[in-house]
Order: sequence, then structure tokens, then C-alpha cells
Amino acid sequence: MRREGYGFEPECRISVRNALGGPSASEKMNYIWLIPLLPGFGAAINGLVGIRSFSRKTAGAVASATMIAALGLALLAFWQLVGLAPAARAFDVTVAEWIPRIPLATHDGIGNFEVNWGFRLDPLSGMMLLVVTGIGTLIHIYATAYMTDEPRGGYARFFCYLNLFCFFMLMLVLGNNFLVMFVGWEGVGLCSYLLIGYWYEKKTAADAGKKAFITNRVGDWGFVLGVFLIYYTFGTLDFRAVQNAAGAMPVETMGFGVLSTICLLLFVGATGKSAQIPLYVWLPDAMEGPTPVSALIHAATMVTAGVYMLGRNAVLFSHAPMVLEIVAIVGVLTALMAASIGLVQYYIKRVLAYSTVSQLGYMFTAMGVGAFSAGAFHLMTHAFFKALLFLGSGSVIHAMAGEQDMRRMGALKKYLPVTFATMMIGTLAIAGIVPLSGFFSKDEILFQAFQHNKAIWAIAVVTAFMTAFYMFRLMSMTFFGGYRGPAWETAGHAAVVTAAHHGVPHPADPHAHGQAHKRDHEVTHGPAEPHGQATDHGHGHDAHGAQTAHAAGVDDAHGGHGHGPWHGPHESPTPMTFPLMVLAVGAIVAGFVGVPVALGGNNAIEHFLEPSFTASHVEGHAEPGAEPAEEHEAAHPSRQLELGLMAFSVLIAVAGIGLAYRFYVTKPEISETLAERWAGAHRLLLNKYYVDELYGATIIAGTFNAARGLWTVDRNVVDGAVNGTGKLTVVSSWFSGLTDRTVVDGLVNLVGWIVQESSHAFRRLQTGLVQNYALLMLFGIFAFVSIYLIVR
Amino acid sequence: MITPTHYMLLSAALFIIGVIGVMARRNIIIIFMSIELILNAVNINLIAFSAQLQNAVGQVFAIFVIAVAAAEAAVGLGIILAFYRNKETVNIDEMNLMRW
Repeated sequence: MRREGYGFEPECRISVRNALGGPSASEKMNYIWLIPLLPGFGAAINGLVGIRSFSRKTAGAVASATMIAALGLALLAFWQLVGLAPAARAFDVTVAEWIPRIPLATHDGIGNFEVNWGFRLDPLSGMMLLVVTGIGTLIHIYATAYMTDEPRGGYARFFCYLNLFCFFMLMLVLGNNFLVMFVGWEGVGLCSYLLIGYWYEKKTAADAGKKAFITNRVGDWGFVLGVFLIYYTFGTLDFRAVQNAAGAMPVETMGFGVLSTICLLLFVGATGKSAQIPLYVWLPDAMEGPTPVSALIHAATMVTAGVYMLGRNAVLFSHAPMVLEIVAIVGVLTALMAASIGLVQYYIKRVLAYSTVSQLGYMFTAMGVGAFSAGAFHLMTHAFFKALLFLGSGSVIHAMAGEQDMRRMGALKKYLPVTFATMMIGTLAIAGIVPLSGFFSKDEILFQAFQHNKAIWAIAVVTAFMTAFYMFRLMSMTFFGGYRGPAWETAGHAAVVTAAHHGVPHPADPHAHGQAHKRDHEVTHGPAEPHGQATDHGHGHDAHGAQTAHAAGVDDAHGGHGHGPWHGPHESPTPMTFPLMVLAVGAIVAGFVGVPVALGGNNAIEHFLEPSFTASHVEGHAEPGAEPAEEHEAAHPSRQLELGLMAFSVLIAVAGIGLAYRFYVTKPEISETLAERWAGAHRLLLNKYYVDELYGATIIAGTFNAARGLWTVDRNVVDGAVNGTGKLTVVSSWFSGLTDRTVVDGLVNLVGWIVQESSHAFRRLQTGLVQNYALLMLFGIFAFVSIYLIVR
Repeated sequence: MITPTHYMLLSAALFIIGVIGVMARRNIIIIFMSIELILNAVNINLIAFSAQLQNAVGQVFAIFVIAVAAAEAAVGLGIILAFYRNKETVNIDEMNLMRW
């Protein structure tokens, strides 16, 4: 380990460190700190100038341009990283000093606490860098079209937040110590809050933002405590130094030592950020945000920060097997629970939200069974297909003028061909159909879980089945079957629509939706926004058609319409379909970097990421050299077994898809009868296991009661004390006044009275007769002279 | 032979006459003159000791006393005149305005 590499030389502001020396290679990399800075710059421009004076086009262009530039730099950096020898793939760049060296206590004396703005590029952060910049760029482009209905200032504000999010996320990914990561960690939380509550005039959105923020606070509390303990234990916050120091410590198989405590605290942080039990409740509510936000923050990047953090600290965690066990159990239970809730939800984005929670649970399962690279691999593939699915759902919502309820969709396949095709790819990918990306990553996880613990594997397989089912349920309800949505005002369609409308009964539709339901659509800003009501119908969709001429090409049925009522579902404009297509390609090919050995691949991503998950790969004294090989052997005990498991999970996925197709397309009444027969279970799932109610009844009500109790204490005790003091002062001042009036004034008056009374006697002396005075004087003289004469 | 004792006896006699005059008489003029007697009794004492001790300081004092007595007489007579114009009397018993 090169300890001196982490020292900070004041004479050079930017010191570049390569893990293996070779300044020529590392000097080329010293621009990586620009990657986060570019979106930050964009956010500053849009925030300081854009909100006041940029047009929509300029604001979107600035934001997208900074992201494209960041993507370019990220690709360049990644290319250079890949071009190096595997052992040398790590760079540390210190941009500036943050906290200068101060003495601070550690467990073995006073250590030097110092933190630099240091960035680190290694395989894991390189992969995340590509995911964040790549998907971030696509979503920026998508959002330029998706958000056009927003007022100009709000549009610039949106892009300011979105860029700011990318800034913080890249900071989180690239930071080379815990504190820089924490800055990013908190920053993305802030941006998440800002973007969930983007339509802050809508109460549900504002509440969802608060919920996300507060829930994350609970997790961040654990994270920051973990960071404190890391400094106290290791005397440094640098990732690499901590990993190497932890690598030299014994594995805590027997007891729950300091490493386990650190890992548990860090995992608490991860559960908050990555929406795991028990802190997952904020993520489904976060769907109140605009769909590009859901795609970028709440599916592809931010929520994976917890997984990324676990991967960053893989050495720590692998030295705390008990915590890993907890991680695996929490992960797999979250996966199962979220998937089961996703089975019955009706809002398209909610299904995807629970799907995200479930997939994050998968990643944690992978981390928990020690398959760090499998978890990271799934993180990457998931980023592709989940961003794709969210953007697709955004396209559907856009087409339906804000309708999110899948019971009011159906048969959209013919109106939204591109969205349908790309979303189908995403669905097949998440379901794990060979050879799409989800298949490889998910099977890697399932295989590792099988080797680790059969129970976890079984739950994960059930989850995989549910995943395939609810995703295909979503596709069926949205794209297949009969159209159940609102009618639109085109003579040709009206008949068909009315027939469909009346022909298909609404399954368990509690409130009759009419046209008015569109008022609730996603882009409505709430009652405070006057234009949201005034131009309710269509609300700018027609403006799309006019503004983006491409729309006419994709969607010939609606290309020419002018302003007026909603003209029915239609395909989205090119800036929205382009990212969909790119992501679809990604969802297909992203898995090929991790083709397992059993299928004739070489699992490239695992070997690529491996250096990030081991301690010192330079000298390797901490980690026994035999271990990787041994693990490798253990990882592939039987090719037959692995192939069998793969076939089994594909079979499971196909079964799920088939069942969903049967339930929701061929015989839609089955699902209703099932829902009726299992009414209790159905209600339980529909109400999300009443977890929100449980939290509301326990934690939130508890907090409120505690607050009320404290308020009562405040009112009675504190106010009582203050008021008592006041009363006491009044009483004592009354006594004081009494004393003043009687004693003090009495004394003064007594003196006056005495003087007055005695003056009666003395005034007799004052005869006014000069001779009396002279006589007295004479007597006096006699007296004094006599005294003088006698005493002498 | 006239000795200092004689002078002192004369001076004491004059002084006592003066004091009795100041105490006993009611007429301001008389009192005034009695004061002069007291002063002159002092002067006789001063001169006598000056001659006895062959020291001129006593005579200088005496001259000072005469000068002061002259000034006093001037001021005092002025007061008496002013008083008389107000009260039409020079009886000292009438001079009791400073009484309480």
C-alpha cells in the first residue's frame, strides 16, 4: 500500500496519483474532476440566469450540453482506464484541500484528520460514471421534450435541479473518501427532494418530497455515524486506505466487532438511500415527481448509491460476515415484499417503483452473499432497463394526457409503436429472458445466492417469477386488450372508443372516471396554477405537435392537429423516443459484458470490477493470494448446475409472463375472480401491507404525540416556570415596594421628624439678640481658657 | 517706675470696661465705643510688651489694629446709619431680624 500517496503536497494544487506509479499514464487522467463540475456549472447557469431569462430551448440546451460534455469526458476517461493493465486501473486526483490537517482522537491516540477534494477513478466508479453520465444525458434529452408543458421558469428550474443532481451524483461516485462521497450523498438527497416536490403546489408532491427527505435522514444518520466510527477506527477516511487497513484485520466470524458495527451503520445509510426495508416507503411516493426524475433518480442512479457504497466498501463488508448475512436477508425480503405489492398496483409508475425497490433488493442480496461484482453488474443492467421502462411509462402518460391508472389504458400498442417495442424489450430484460441484459445479471445473482443459501435463492426465484408476472401485467394492461381510457373528440375514433369504453367493465374501479379525471393528470400544477385548469384539454400536447415537426413523422394520425381538445393517445416526439431506442439497445447488449463462463463467455465485468472489491491489489499481502483462485473454483463447481439454474429461472420467467398474459389479456375475468376469492390478501397487497399506516400509527403518531407531549411540557413547565418567575417578581416587587414605603421612607421621615422636633428646643437659642450671642461667646472663651489653664 | 504689670492692669481694666459695655448697654453707639475700648486695651498690651522686649513687631501690630479699627468704625457707622434710617432707633434689642 502506498500510504505516502495520500499525503497532500501544498506546492501542487492538483496532485495526480496512480496506484502503480507511471506518471505519464496518470497525468492524462487529471481532468476527471471536470466530469462532475460540468453539470454543476450547467446548474449554476440555469439557476442563476436561466430561471429568470432563458427560453425553454436555451435552458434545455445548456443542461443537455453540459451532460453531453461530461459524457464525452467520462467515455474518454473510461477508455484510458480500460487501456491500462488491470492492476493499474486506479487514479486518485486531489483537486484542492478541504479540511486542513487537524489533530483528532482515534482509538489509538491522536490522529491527523484531513480531507481533500479527492476524486478516484477505478473500475467500479468508472462503471458508475458511465451509467450516470450516459443515462443522465439521455434523460436530459428526453426531458427537454417531456417538460415542454411547463412554464418557462419552471422548465429552467427543472433543468437546474436535474443538472445539480448529476453534479452531486458524480461527486458521490467519484469521491475518493467518505466525506466527499457524503457531500454527494446528501446533495443527491437534496435534489431528490427538490425534484419530487417539483410541482410543489400540489400537496401530495410536496408531502412525498418531505417523506423522501425525512426517511433519508434516518438512513444518513446511520451513514454518518459509520463514517465517524471509521475515522475513529482507522484514522483516515480515504476509501483505499480504509480498505487496506480493514483487509489486514481478522474476519469477524465469531463476534460482532467494530468492523461489523461500521458495516451495520453504513448499511443503515444504504437502506435509506436505496429504499430497503424498513426505509423503502419513500420511493413509491417519490413517483409524484416528473417521470424523467423517476427514471434518473429513483430508478437508475441515486437509489443505487447504497449498492454502490456497499461495493466501494466491499473489503469492510467481507470482513463482517454477520452484517453481510443481514444485508442478504434484508435484500431478499425487500425484493419479495416489493414484488408482491407490485402485483396488484394500478398506477403504472407505482408498479415500476415497487419493481425498482424489488430489484434493489436483488442487488443487496447479491452484495449480501458476497457477489459484489454480480450486484454491481445488476446495478448497471438495471439502470438501463429500468430507466427505459420509466421513460416508456412517461411516454405512455404523455400519450394519455397525464393518465397514470392502467385500468384506463389498454390497446395502446397501435398508437405507441415505438414505446411499445422499447418497453417490451425492457420488460423482457427485467424478467430475465435470454439473452437480454437482465438475464445475465439476475442469473449471476441467483446462482451466487444458490451457492450461498438455498432459502435466499428460493425467495429470489419466487421474486423473479413475480417480477415477470407484474411486468407483463403492466404491459398487458397498458398495451394489449381493449381500450378503456377516456374518449377523445375525433369522429372516426369516437364510435370505437365508446364501444370499447362500455364493452369492457372496469375491474374494481372505485370511482367513476370521467373526462374530468384528466384534471388530475401529471402535468397539472394544482389549483393554484390558473392555466392548468383553463387549458385543461390537451394542455399543450398540441403544442408538441406544432413545435416538434418530427412528431408528425412518427405519429401521422395526429401530426397535423391544431389547438383543441385531446385527440387520443399518440406517439411521443423524437427527443423522447430517441432515448427510448438507445436505452433499448443498452438493455439488450449491456448483459454481454457479463456472459458467464458456463455459457462460453468469460464474465468480463467480474474480472474488470474485481480490483475494486479487494484490498491492496498492489502488494496483495493483506489478501491471501490463493483466495481468488479458490473462490473461482468454488464459484463454478458444476457447469451443469449453473446451466440448469439458468434454464429454471428462464422457465420461471416465461411462466410468469404466460400467466400474466392469460390473466390480463386472454381471460381478464380470471384476475377479478382471483381478486375476489383472495379478497383479504388482495386488499393487503393493494394497501402495501399497511406499512405506511403502520409507520403512521407508530413512528409518525409517536413523533406527533411526543411533540404534543413536549408541547404540553413546554406550555406547562417551561411557560409555567417563566410565568411563575413573572408572578414571583410581581409579588416580591410588591413587598419591595411596601418595604420602600414603610422602612426606607419611614427612616427618612423619622430623621426629618426628629430634626423638626428638636428644633423647637434649639430655636430658643436663636434669640436674634446680638448681646446674647456675645455673652455666649464670652462664656465660651472663658470655658476654653479655663480648660486650657486647668488641663495644662 | 511703671512696669509692664501696670500696663497690663490698665489694659485689663480697659478690656473689662469694654466687655461690660458691650454686654450691658443697649445703645449701639455705646457698644461701638466699648469695642474701641477693647481694641485699645489690646493695643496698650502690644505696645507695652514691644517696649519691654525691644521688638518693633508689637508696634507694627498696634498700627495694624488702629487701621483695622478705623475701617471697622467706618463700616460700623455706616450700618448704624442705615439701621437708624429704617428703624428710627439705635436700640440693639430692635436688631433681631435674624431670629428664627
